[in-house]
Amino acid sequence: MIAQIIFSIALLTAVILFSIQVKKIIRNINLGKDTNRSDRPKERWLTMAKVALGQSKMVVRPVAGIMHIFVYLGFVIINLEVLEIIIDGVFGTHRIFSFLGSFYSFLIASFEILALLVLVGVIVFLARRVVLGLKRFSGVEMTAWPKSDAIYILVIEVLLMSAFLTMNAADYKLQLAGYSHYLTAGSFPVSQYLLGLLPNSTESLVFIERACWWFHILGILAFLNYLPFSKHFHIILAFPNTWYSNLNAKGRFNNMTSVTNEVKAMLDPSFTPPAATEIGRFGAKDVQDLNWVQLMNAYTCTECGRCTSVCPANQTGKLLSPRKIMMDTRDRLEEVGKNTDKHGKGYDDGKSLLDDYITREEIWACTTCNACTEACPVNIDPLSIIVDLRRYAVMEESNVTGSLNAMFSNVENNGAPWKYSPADRLNWANKD
Amino acid sequence: MNANTIEPMNTTIKIPTMAEMMAAGEKPEILFWVGCAGSYDERAQRITRAFAKILHHVGIKFAVLGTEESCTGDPAKRAGNEFLFQMQAMSNIQVLDAYEIKKIVTACPHCFNTLKNEYPELGGNYEVIHHTQLIQELIESGKLKAEGGDFKGKKITFHDPCYLGRGNGVYEAPRKALEILDADLVELKRCKSNGLCCGAGGGQMFKEPEKGKKDVNIERMDDILQAKADVVAVGCPFCMTMINDGVKHFNKEQEIEVLDIAEISAKVNGL
Repeated sequence: MIAQIIFSIALLTAVILFSIQVKKIIRNINLGKDTNRSDRPKERWLTMAKVALGQSKMVVRPVAGIMHIFVYLGFVIINLEVLEIIIDGVFGTHRIFSFLGSFYSFLIASFEILALLVLVGVIVFLARRVVLGLKRFSGVEMTAWPKSDAIYILVIEVLLMSAFLTMNAADYKLQLAGYSHYLTAGSFPVSQYLLGLLPNSTESLVFIERACWWFHILGILAFLNYLPFSKHFHIILAFPNTWYSNLNAKGRFNNMTSVTNEVKAMLDPSFTPPAATEIGRFGAKDVQDLNWVQLMNAYTCTECGRCTSVCPANQTGKLLSPRKIMMDTRDRLEEVGKNTDKHGKGYDDGKSLLDDYITREEIWACTTCNACTEACPVNIDPLSIIVDLRRYAVMEESNVTGSLNAMFSNVENNGAPWKYSPADRLNWANKD
Repeated sequence: MNANTIEPMNTTIKIPTMAEMMAAGEKPEILFWVGCAGSYDERAQRITRAFAKILHHVGIKFAVLGTEESCTGDPAKRAGNEFLFQMQAMSNIQVLDAYEIKKIVTACPHCFNTLKNEYPELGGNYEVIHHTQLIQELIESGKLKAEGGDFKGKKITFHDPCYLGRGNGVYEAPRKALEILDADLVELKRCKSNGLCCGAGGGQMFKEPEKGKKDVNIERMDDILQAKADVVAVGCPFCMTMINDGVKHFNKEQEIEVLDIAEISAKVNGL
């Protein structure tokens, strides 16, 4: 009975704390500007099914991709087991679903095999980070916290899976001994090999089984509350992030309607622009100038670095790293969120995403080649943020290098980015 | 030589402008959007001429805007100058609509992307194709031959332009034009959706690169040298400049030829 109460309190606390954090994240994301990404729902469901559920972009890199599918499937399917654990915990039952008989055995067997595959995947991941030290996992933005975050997640997964398998092994051994309420249920293709490692005394076995059960479920609840602070939040946001992702051709940059109205008014004096609904600046200086999808992108990023590893600027030693763009956006957004908590909405701390987090040198190194957006396994778009920051620098500050300014004035005055006379445009046809 | 004429194989072909066509009461099947690089850059002018020869050779009735053409605004938009972009776009749309243009072909993937994807929202709706797509069509319909010639047995590789490949998902058309050459088509290490940029996009063509270990086109040369290609085929005037500079950087002008798909097709067809 006491156990049931403790369990229920732990469960409730975990869910409440998690909801508070998620609410904060949603509030932060909603600090962004509105943008309509609810069109073409059929295509959106399809994209989500393919990219998030189907992991289609993960397998472009086969080793990481396949290991990730192990861990992902394990996560999704083993969580069915959590449902049973919660019911058992609240009502003080033991393996409540065992009445399903052979189907139950099938489920438990699948969980065990998946747990083993998760262990394999996670150990490979750990090796890639700790032993092999893959270049993709380092870089200026990979400071102490992002690096340890990744290791914590992997170690927690090892512990959770080990506890799960040990729990099953102890349970199975007690079942074989016909001990008390440990009725014969389930099938244990993996944990059966652990029996020899366990003590024979039923008392110790019950202790191990209970200890692992508690460790497993409390671990999951603690992990749940770790997610909002971690890059691991992608396990939730990957789904909405792909649903709301950009479905247009990658080459197409968004049209700024605020500019269209001004340009129309300039070209046609009789044009009356519609009354502006919100006074905003052109482009983005800070996170609030970005749209909510770009901000959700930042919370979805799991810092895998596939974007940075294919970025032509980064590969040739420039400062730009698309992963850093996303991490900076999240860090700045978190900071703005904390300011809002402390001082209320609209507090100005004198800082901004541009300059305090992302430098000019970074945004101007981009070739807009879309390698980053193509590489991202969850359709994050760092390029759109870079372009919005450029728009601010150009249209609000006129702060660009002289040669780009020269290009602008050539386009404006000569109709070409170079200083040629428009009258010479057809000269190519007069030579051979 | 007369104005607006080029002379392949001693036959003079006239490059008609829209204004001339309109005056004669005629309409072209397709507008050839030349683009700034194709109009002014000396190396790119050769691509423009090669493509015009192809259009003439297959008997497609085409025209150019000539002095009425102006920058699509692409470099301004990529560099964050949305005002300038939209000014350019709207005045170009006025010109295109005045001539009732329906279909456009261009040899520049940047013009292609901008006209195709970014003009519709500003009221300019046209069917826009890249010249490699038209060349592929012409080969498939038998109007252009594509076997061998000078390229027989040569090692040819294709460098994907970002705004044609990743930007618009066109990977096959330029390859189709090369596949039937009887040449040895090799892929670069980073190709198709994983292709490496030449380094010119996003306004980089018009500014000095930021501080780094090397230039992007030099990085790209790693792939090209590794492929041991005799010919690097390109489909973009800016890639042409960057790859050519890369080849020169390694003093490989004697070994590696950089040609646009249009130049290759024109050559094979004796144009």
